[in-house]
Amino acid sequence: MLLSQFLLLSAILFSIGVYGVIVRRNGVAVLMAIELILNSVNINLVAFGAMHGNLSGQVFALFIIAVAAAEVGVGLAIILSIYRNRRSVALDELDLMKG
Amino acid sequence: MTLLAAANGISLPGTDDPINVSQTVGFALLAALMIWAAIRVVTTRNVVHAAVWLVVVLAGAAAQFILLAAEFVGVTQVMVYIGAVIVLILFGVMLTQAKLGNDPNLSRRNWYGGAVVAVVLFGLLAFATIDTFEDAKLPEDRRMALPAAEVGDGEVPRTESNTGAVSDAVFGAYLLPLEVLGVLLTAALVGAIAVARKD
Repeated sequence: MLLSQFLLLSAILFSIGVYGVIVRRNGVAVLMAIELILNSVNINLVAFGAMHGNLSGQVFALFIIAVAAAEVGVGLAIILSIYRNRRSVALDELDLMKG
Repeated sequence: MTLLAAANGISLPGTDDPINVSQTVGFALLAALMIWAAIRVVTTRNVVHAAVWLVVVLAGAAAQFILLAAEFVGVTQVMVYIGAVIVLILFGVMLTQAKLGNDPNLSRRNWYGGAVVAVVLFGLLAFATIDTFEDAKLPEDRRMALPAAEVGDGEVPRTESNTGAVSDAVFGAYLLPLEVLGVLLTAALVGAIAVARKD
């Protein structure tokens, strides 16, 4: 298998994730787009590890999965407390720090 | 002539190897499914549907990991992402009372800017990828090489299973990062409870 096909797949997923982060207005939907981005990075790491016959790629992917789990936990906690204060998770309405 | 490879002296492996057709066809089917599901994740108007499409993408990624002989990463992906993260996201959807039916306000009206950014970004990434790794192929034997210290002359010794090699690496060379990661997870989860609790 070509290495580029995995890198292109992950580039497509990354771009779709960036599109989702820009376009979505709901906090939870933005978190889902961030998951897409993190997954595309994992595919890249494992593919490079397979190319070099080196384990570091897989170990890095495992660490990224763990950090992503922590990130989702904290992100959802923040979204919940935003919801509790404002009764909405629409990101456009979070303009408290706007000058 | 690839610009980056020439500048950095990267040697590309397997440029003359034949392409493994059956694996490539399997990859293409999985990739098409993943891309369609990913597009649905960011375009559907129903948050719950988006979460379910995200399951398809994550399962496809797990299958790609197994195709790359990273079976432990694939199983971890299924357990952590599909088992835990998706459930957490669905809880987030339910607890924030997002509209469970179709919600026309889930995306912005003017999505053109985001589409332009995504297309330009993909163009740059694709150009860099194809220009750098034009014909590089993955080795057919995807068992990992043993550490360089144990390599004698002749054939590179390979591990019996990549799962065993991953465990050796995680509890060997990467022991300190693993412990730091454990502390980070604990801190993040305690922080999440502290942020989300009612006071």
